[in-house]
Amino acid sequence: MEKKKVIDYKKVIIHLHDVTKHYPMGDNIVKAVDGISLDIQRGDFVAVMGPSGSGKSTAMNLIGSLDMPTHGHIFLDGEDISLLDESELAQIRGENVGFIFQQFNLIPTLTVKENVVLPMTLQGLFEEEREEKADKILQRLGLYDRKDHYPNQISGGEQQRVAIARALANDPEVILADEPTGNLDTKTGLKVMDFLTELNKEGRTIVLVTHSPELAKMYAHTVYWLKDGKIEKITKERKKR
Amino acid sequence: MNYFTLAYRNLRKKGLRSYLTLLGICIGILAVVSLITLGSGLKIAVGSQFGVSSTELISVEASGGLLGPPGSDVVNPLTKNDLEEIKKLSSVKGAIGRKIETGKLEFNNKVVFGYASNIPDGEDRKFIYEQLEAKPLAGRLLKDGEIGKVFLGYNFYADKVGLGKIIIPGNKVKIQDKEFEVVGILEKKGSFIFDNLVYMNEKDLQDLFNYEDSLDYIDVLPTDKENIEKTKEDIEKLLRRLRDVDIGSEDFKVSTPEASLKQVNSILNAIQIFVIIIASISIFVGAIGIINTMGTSVLERKKEIGIMKAIGAKNSQIFMQFFIESGFLGLIGGGIGVILGIILGYFGILGINNFIGSDIQPQINFFLIFFSLVGSFTIGALAGILPAMKAAKQNPVEALRG
Repeated sequence: MEKKKVIDYKKVIIHLHDVTKHYPMGDNIVKAVDGISLDIQRGDFVAVMGPSGSGKSTAMNLIGSLDMPTHGHIFLDGEDISLLDESELAQIRGENVGFIFQQFNLIPTLTVKENVVLPMTLQGLFEEEREEKADKILQRLGLYDRKDHYPNQISGGEQQRVAIARALANDPEVILADEPTGNLDTKTGLKVMDFLTELNKEGRTIVLVTHSPELAKMYAHTVYWLKDGKIEKITKERKKR
Repeated sequence: MNYFTLAYRNLRKKGLRSYLTLLGICIGILAVVSLITLGSGLKIAVGSQFGVSSTELISVEASGGLLGPPGSDVVNPLTKNDLEEIKKLSSVKGAIGRKIETGKLEFNNKVVFGYASNIPDGEDRKFIYEQLEAKPLAGRLLKDGEIGKVFLGYNFYADKVGLGKIIIPGNKVKIQDKEFEVVGILEKKGSFIFDNLVYMNEKDLQDLFNYEDSLDYIDVLPTDKENIEKTKEDIEKLLRRLRDVDIGSEDFKVSTPEASLKQVNSILNAIQIFVIIIASISIFVGAIGIINTMGTSVLERKKEIGIMKAIGAKNSQIFMQFFIESGFLGLIGGGIGVILGIILGYFGILGINNFIGSDIQPQINFFLIFFSLVGSFTIGALAGILPAMKAAKQNPVEALRG
């Protein structure tokens, strides 16, 4: 066995060990992620940076246990999720990870509140608890008076806040945000980023995927710079905010 | 919020295209429900046309004639002698000869054509009233030896025979140009034969139509109704001898009510089997339609499946969502089918009532409705299994890409 560094899972929430992800594309194989190892510390604000095609979205899917690596191991909270089956994976995702997407990805047939309740329903929470938690989260995000609207009846900024509310539903330790400001105007985008910072200050781990170096440098503590599926460099940002 | 809410929301959003595929299930359930609603009515209707409400009477008639009222126009009609001989059989408790003639009736300056039947005198009259369960709705029935008087079936009183005016006891009507006084109206029988009949004394009928001693049919009451088949055989044996015919070439027919009902029921059953086959085919086609609709739906909602999986939906939960939605799709089709089927059955029975003057109440069978709805949900859900499995197996990353 090769020498293995000891990982302290009290400090590290996500650990990727030599992870690759290959996609067949016609006759070729695309190495979207090609041998990445990284540790994400609990409570960190991490940015995964890179131009399009650098493999950052694939990396996020792997970190968020949405995708399985072709090779290598992924540990979430000390558990090797590359060994789990789909249902167990879904369970882990639902409990530990909150996703925020560029496209908001709300369910159009459900109201704002129902969208927030849905992850809790999937985790089997009782109705009373679900309702109460959803109301509380919506209040926090200033969406309470919008709770019976449908996604297409509210603005983009509001939709993204609903997505944040949904990500918070099961009180996850990790929030994964894939270009969360990509579809928003600057002002609204900054509001969303400020909210992510607030969640980080509460102790949640934030993983931000972005192609914008400014955004990464402004908000993240640790930035992974990806290029061609590999980590090019890791920088630590010190903010005085 | 649960699977049912999700299913409901998704169904509300579905386009007309999706609902058109429900036509199959809809038609299938419609066929079954209307058939059963109609069928029970039809059985009552056909049963009631046997007229003498009693199910204990054996009916004897001469055969070999053309279509028409029972026993008319046959080459070799039954005679009063046949009747007297039948009465003498030990297995026969009583028998009456019936004659039905076609004639014209004039009232309110209008003429209608219809049927008149004989009422004998004495014990036979009592017997006939008993078997007909004849009770006057207005006025009274005929007494022995009453000449020049008649009583009428219910439809004359209800103005359903085309005279443009109701006839009440005391009115005078002309039958075959001879005047008769109406003494009474019979209670409604729900049979187009008996409700349209004119009843008159045997002597009057004979005078008007001059049929000598021929009879159209003979109603026989067996001594032992448990042994009705023996009575039937006795009559057949007797008539073969009287009319000098061999077994197999009889020119008469002896039928028990059960046998006649059986015949009618077997025809109704054949119709039912036919309709059920059609219904099964429609339901099968409907199920294929649902598989197709749900399959398309899985493709259309790929992204939604991806989102659901990203926020923690297990494969089994995705499966259940599509499975139940598919069941509801079937339920909607079945529900529309049940409603239309009941309406169709209801109007069908109204039609029968109008056509033969019967009085059948449409019966709404709640067990049938419940069973149809559960059945259509089940069919929908079963049809949804394959699409739901396809949905559940989606790779979350690919699905999220849409």
